[in-house]
Amino acid sequence: MESVALVVNGVARTVEVEPRRLLVQLIREDLGLTGTHVGCDTSQCGACTVHMDGVAVKSCTVLAVQADGSSVTTIEGMAPEGGLHPLQAAFWEKHGLQCGFCTPGMIMTAADLLASDTDPDDDAIRHALEGNFCRCTGYHNIVAAIREAANKMQVGAATSAEGAPR
Amino acid sequence: MTIDMLGERVKRTEDPKFITGKGRYLDDIQMPGMTHIAILRSPYAHANIRSIDTSAAKSMPGVIAVFTGADIPYNPLPMAWPAGGVAGIRNNINTPRTLATDSVKWSGEGVAAVVAETAEQAHDALEAITVDWEPLPTVVDAEKATQPGAVQLHENAPNNIVFEWTVGDKAGTDAAVDAAEVVVRQRIVNQRLIPNPMEVRGDIGWYNPGTDEYTVWMSSQTPHIQRLLLTAFVTGIPEHKVRCISPDVGGAFGTKIFCYADMALVMFASKAIGGRPVKWVEGRRESYQSTIHGRDHITYLEIAGKRDGTITGLRVKTFANLGGRLSTIGPGIPTTLYGRVLSGCYKIPNVYCEVTGVYTNTTFVDAYRGAGRPEATYVIERAMDLFAAEIGMDRAELRRRNFIAPDAFPYDNPSGLGTASGGAKIYIDSGNYEPAMDMALAAVGYADLAATKAEAASRGKLLGLGFSTYIEVCGVAPSKWIGAVGEGWGAAMWESANIRVHLTGKTVVTVGTQPQGQGHETTYAQVISHELGIPMDDIVIQHSDTLGTPFGYGSYGSRTSSVGMTAAIKAATKIREKARKFAAHMLEASVDDIEIDGPNYFVKGSPDKKKTIQEIAFALDLGFDPPEGMEPYLDETAYWDTPNCTWPFGTHVAIVEIDKETGQVDLVRYLAVDDVGKKINPMIVDGQLHGGIAQGVGQALWEGAVYSDDGQLLSGSMLDYAMPRASWFPDIELHETVTPSPVNPLGVKGVGEAGAIASTAAVSNAVMDALAPLGIRHLDMPYTPQTVWHAIQTAEVSR
Amino acid sequence: MSMAGFGYTRPATLDEALADLAKHGPDAKLIAGGHSLLPLMKMRLASVGHLVDIGRLRELKGIRDWNGGLAIGAATTYREVLGSALVRDRFPLLIEGLDDIGDIQVRNRGTLGGSLAHADPASDMPALALALDAELLLRSSGGERTVKVDGFFHGAFVSDLHPDEVMVEIRIPASPDGAGTSYVELTQPASGYSLVGVAVVLAKSGGTVSHVRVGVTGVADHAYRASAVESTLMGSDGGSAAIAAAAAHAADGQEVNSDIHADREYRTAMATAFTRRSVESAAARAT
Repeated sequence: MESVALVVNGVARTVEVEPRRLLVQLIREDLGLTGTHVGCDTSQCGACTVHMDGVAVKSCTVLAVQADGSSVTTIEGMAPEGGLHPLQAAFWEKHGLQCGFCTPGMIMTAADLLASDTDPDDDAIRHALEGNFCRCTGYHNIVAAIREAANKMQVGAATSAEGAPR
Repeated sequence: MTIDMLGERVKRTEDPKFITGKGRYLDDIQMPGMTHIAILRSPYAHANIRSIDTSAAKSMPGVIAVFTGADIPYNPLPMAWPAGGVAGIRNNINTPRTLATDSVKWSGEGVAAVVAETAEQAHDALEAITVDWEPLPTVVDAEKATQPGAVQLHENAPNNIVFEWTVGDKAGTDAAVDAAEVVVRQRIVNQRLIPNPMEVRGDIGWYNPGTDEYTVWMSSQTPHIQRLLLTAFVTGIPEHKVRCISPDVGGAFGTKIFCYADMALVMFASKAIGGRPVKWVEGRRESYQSTIHGRDHITYLEIAGKRDGTITGLRVKTFANLGGRLSTIGPGIPTTLYGRVLSGCYKIPNVYCEVTGVYTNTTFVDAYRGAGRPEATYVIERAMDLFAAEIGMDRAELRRRNFIAPDAFPYDNPSGLGTASGGAKIYIDSGNYEPAMDMALAAVGYADLAATKAEAASRGKLLGLGFSTYIEVCGVAPSKWIGAVGEGWGAAMWESANIRVHLTGKTVVTVGTQPQGQGHETTYAQVISHELGIPMDDIVIQHSDTLGTPFGYGSYGSRTSSVGMTAAIKAATKIREKARKFAAHMLEASVDDIEIDGPNYFVKGSPDKKKTIQEIAFALDLGFDPPEGMEPYLDETAYWDTPNCTWPFGTHVAIVEIDKETGQVDLVRYLAVDDVGKKINPMIVDGQLHGGIAQGVGQALWEGAVYSDDGQLLSGSMLDYAMPRASWFPDIELHETVTPSPVNPLGVKGVGEAGAIASTAAVSNAVMDALAPLGIRHLDMPYTPQTVWHAIQTAEVSR
Repeated sequence: MSMAGFGYTRPATLDEALADLAKHGPDAKLIAGGHSLLPLMKMRLASVGHLVDIGRLRELKGIRDWNGGLAIGAATTYREVLGSALVRDRFPLLIEGLDDIGDIQVRNRGTLGGSLAHADPASDMPALALALDAELLLRSSGGERTVKVDGFFHGAFVSDLHPDEVMVEIRIPASPDGAGTSYVELTQPASGYSLVGVAVVLAKSGGTVSHVRVGVTGVADHAYRASAVESTLMGSDGGSAAIAAAAAHAADGQEVNSDIHADREYRTAMATAFTRRSVESAAARAT
């Protein structure tokens, strides 16, 4: 067994794992954070996407031991309890989900996109979702939701910049 | 103050949990003492099992028990919907056992299982099981399987035939075809698909030794039906000793309607190990072998008519591949749900269809989104385009000349809907097809198609526009029809709902339907809020647990809004009647003088002296002072059996561009006009259409299950089965016409399948339109680059 | 999903990693991003006794000048390469080629060295490295050596990397002045890997092609340089006719792959089509 120490959603955790344990198993089974899902076994569907040290990764394709010392954010950590990240709010507003299974991974990937491109066009959004499968929505409203979130976040950024001390 | 939300784009009440990661799907359930079961699956598509040695596996770390088929006394899984409706029809039925006992019929059939402390240990131990196999010859093609000399899969099914089913007037159709000025013939394949809900299937079985009861959690569209089937047909355990629970379901599209061997397996295993819970969750690659596939038809179509564009006959012969053994309602799909709607929205006087259901060494085939109706739509819509091309008539004009006229309803179609057995009259009750087509073609610029094509050609692209004018039968269905002996699945198809308005005015609605992402909790609440005047926030919709919900047949066939919600409206009507009586008592007035306005009950002319329904509930539920003969509590249950199915229709249009050098097909535009009747929540309706369209487009352009001749699934994982991605789609443009359904008070028709039913044919027709200038008449789907490229090469050589 | 068990170490230095490799012998495998190896292990298609994690070794990371070209640490991720101004400036071909690899999540974790070492016959990086004339610095506990990428790939998942070696660096020499580059691919829709991918570096001098490298992936059991294409183009005017004539040789001498997505005839034709397109594009960009 190996000892893995990591910070998950801001909380330091230490877990003893077999080397073959995947990060997604640690998150779901050892920490009980079941918002991160497993939709395939070939590292393609993206339902397991979380942020590791600030970037989106497929937690089914990272060994838990490889995450030792890392900071991990899951869907449960995207907003304070009771609050919503603009992406979460936009997925709700724009009906960007149906069964909800792919949704956490979609939101985590979209957050990575918006971190590097604050104003993506539809092509850029669709391209960014290359590694996230949805079978319910035809992606139409997911794209609309991410566009909506980008708009809201830009407005939010502009507002907070105006409000900042000069 | 209640705001009536019926018909509004209300944000979904189920979403907060899903967007914050707090949904609870099957694999999210962890229980104290939970064990894990893994299933050893056959590497051969056809083989006898000489022996199985599990001794080494039993001593592996963490292993609790190992089972083979011989250990399990259960019956084979049930066959709930044999092909019927034809006098004397035989069904040669073979269904799977919990684990195969002496032979396997497809690659992936389960033969042994390991229960261990962890899933990893269970999978490790599978590798220690040795099976002495006797491999046998295989057949994977349904047409070839029926031919002389093909390997025989089952003793009771000569020539691998499950059934030979017919519908329509053979003599009349033969005569019409013989006499026709023009007959167009084409062999077309509707390829096998893998449904791929994002959540795979799984079950947890828990036997409680203290009470001798079982609880089975299952990712299912039909927990009530599964309890019935697992007890009455498979295990022999009394029905009241089993509780089935379906937690949040991560998509289903038909796959989770059925009774699967793994459900019985986790029940058996939990009892066998003394009552610890046993969890099984399939892997995605495992799912490709253990969960049903869809479609897989080989069809010979003949469409006959006059040079003036009058269609006079349609003759169809279909081989339906049903797999190595039958899934729960496999035979019902290519018969009732296919052959009976082949003539679509056209008035075709003579229709005859033969369907041969066939065993092959492949995974079983059953209902996948649309189930029979996409296959039928594909046949008739390809046929219409082929006929138009043959006589040199515009495709829209040909359709216009053959539409069932708007004043012809109710319409009996000649493939037998109106003559179904059991005395039930199923007829197309409403429709107005031409305006929907005109709207779609105007919106897409059909009149300017030549210029659009020229512009694409200037960029080196072959542009094609295709459309399908579809109808579908959904909202299944009247029990009298679907449940009639020999026609349906031997069960009724009503729905149920119970409404309780509690002391605090909070309202609990329990239903027998089962959501899988459709937003039922929101739409039921919109309907009940409208009916009772109670705010949506004060209403909860409960479902998915056989304990605490009335029996219901579940959700599939686009039936929840038209059948389930009508049951809920009936229950609400009873609630209103009782509340009105009690209001009369409270207001010391006669019942006839009580008026109802939303939540308010008052004496005619005195709206100020009102009692709200929630005040009425408080007093009635307390029950201190009920009027003579009235039972306390505002609590009513209702059952609803619809008099007819519903008949959505519309026109879908696709535009594609093809790169002639590489064969690559791009979907550049997609536009749909749908008439799904009235809408409870237009936002949710749009979402259902988007998703259905994407799945149908997927079939036309990318998806296909491919088997090798020896029965190995070559498209055995997402690395080889092309799941549609975001970047492959344009935005989807939706338009509507609204013809309310006359068969339910909401006027709704159902929308879960319409997109998938219409879109495949539209895209297929678009690709064929693009390739027509090269002399290409028909290609089978999916239109992958190599398929299109080869066709272009062949066409150019022959020109 | 469930992998067979294995041992794991994450050495702190490259020397320790080499010692680990030597200690565990052929049973050991290296892991960096894990995006080539873990998918195989999850399918229980690769069996591994011991994993040596080199993903965090500083000695294997980073992008630096190398004789006017660049040396890129083998454990540098696609994301890091795509974000590098140096790469963008000197080797736009890498940007064009790597931007479409996998997806955001894969690019965040996957490494250049991992892809090359894995020698997947359908991955993009080998074709890019071939067109760029890259060299690889390989080190074992016995010493180090430099090999050309051209010749490094021997077959499907088979390369010249010895079991006791670690790939340290990918060295890319400066391209000729005014060279144009291009990467185009035909993607296998399910996996996202290339059915055909063609990377080109082309320079002209005095109106004729003076330098051309064509790296092809997806077509054969390993990525290769389309030398017949290159030799046909060299000295030509680099016009459309010359390009079309040269592209016809794209699969010369290769045993062309055939599978459910692209049979031999189609793949061969696409090797030509995409070679023509990629060379056209590179030629148009050459100055």
